[in-house]
Amino acid sequence: VCAAVLLKDMKLMDVKLGQLPSWVAMRDFTPGGIVGAMRRGYDRYYNKYINVKKGGLAGLSMVLAGYVVVSYIWSYSHI
Amino acid sequence: MNLSFFDQFMSPHLMGIPLILISMLFPALLFPTPGNRWITNRLTTLQSWFLHLITKQLLTPLNKNGHKWALILTSLMTLLLTINLLGLLPYTFTPTTQLSMNMALAFPLWLATLLTGLRNQPSASLGHLLPEGTPTPLIPALIMIETTSLLIRPLALGVRLTANLTAGHLLIQLISTATTALLTIMPTISFLTTIILLLLTILEVAVAMIQAYVFVLLLSLYLQENI
Repeated sequence: VCAAVLLKDMKLMDVKLGQLPSWVAMRDFTPGGIVGAMRRGYDRYYNKYINVKKGGLAGLSMVLAGYVVVSYIWSYSHI
Repeated sequence: MNLSFFDQFMSPHLMGIPLILISMLFPALLFPTPGNRWITNRLTTLQSWFLHLITKQLLTPLNKNGHKWALILTSLMTLLLTINLLGLLPYTFTPTTQLSMNMALAFPLWLATLLTGLRNQPSASLGHLLPEGTPTPLIPALIMIETTSLLIRPLALGVRLTANLTAGHLLIQLISTATTALLTIMPTISFLTTIILLLLTILEVAVAMIQAYVFVLLLSLYLQENI
């Protein structure tokens, strides 16, 4: 007997394509939820690339490259 | 054609959100809070080393009362340094090229040093208006001059930072335009201009760091006189 996992608790990679809209609708979009999601994303990146014994230049460079890309998108209409 | 060179100093908007908001909040992401570990990761170690360096440098001349200003001076230094250096990346927006932001930083801090001096040691503060050993006939003129130089300090602080960064960014844009334009016509001259561009970029990195330092150093000097 396999225990079925609720759609709400499934990770994104396990969600089937047809279930995607309902999965997105069930996510927590309150301000506290959004801040929590940003905090989780930040912690994931930080612990994977920066908070390691021998972190390299790549961890910081990816953030700066992302910043350049965001700035480009913001100023696209002005170029 | 000339007007388009100043377009880089206009904050771009996307769906109503100005880029300046992101540019001012982004430096906070680059400085993670050190946890309670003894040996931290490389970024945090570098950051702590740097903060200790500037704290020692800025606070050694100040007396005990002045050490209350440690947090604001070091965080100001870090903010300006990060904003200036981030502005050298392509397509980014530098908030410190806006006079409004620099005056908003310079004026209240200068006023705070002035009011601290006037409140805690009024005669010593006013005494700074007359250098020692001036001949008596010169006293009225010198007091006027010293008052003017005192009142012009916030303006000088703000404009110095704005002008240095704006001029640097403009020069980079002008010379790079010249390099691209000359590439098809005279490649040799274009190569020389590229060398100039490389040297200029190195200068701009130095200027970015120096200007942040000078801003905070002058503020600490004004504080030394008054606290």
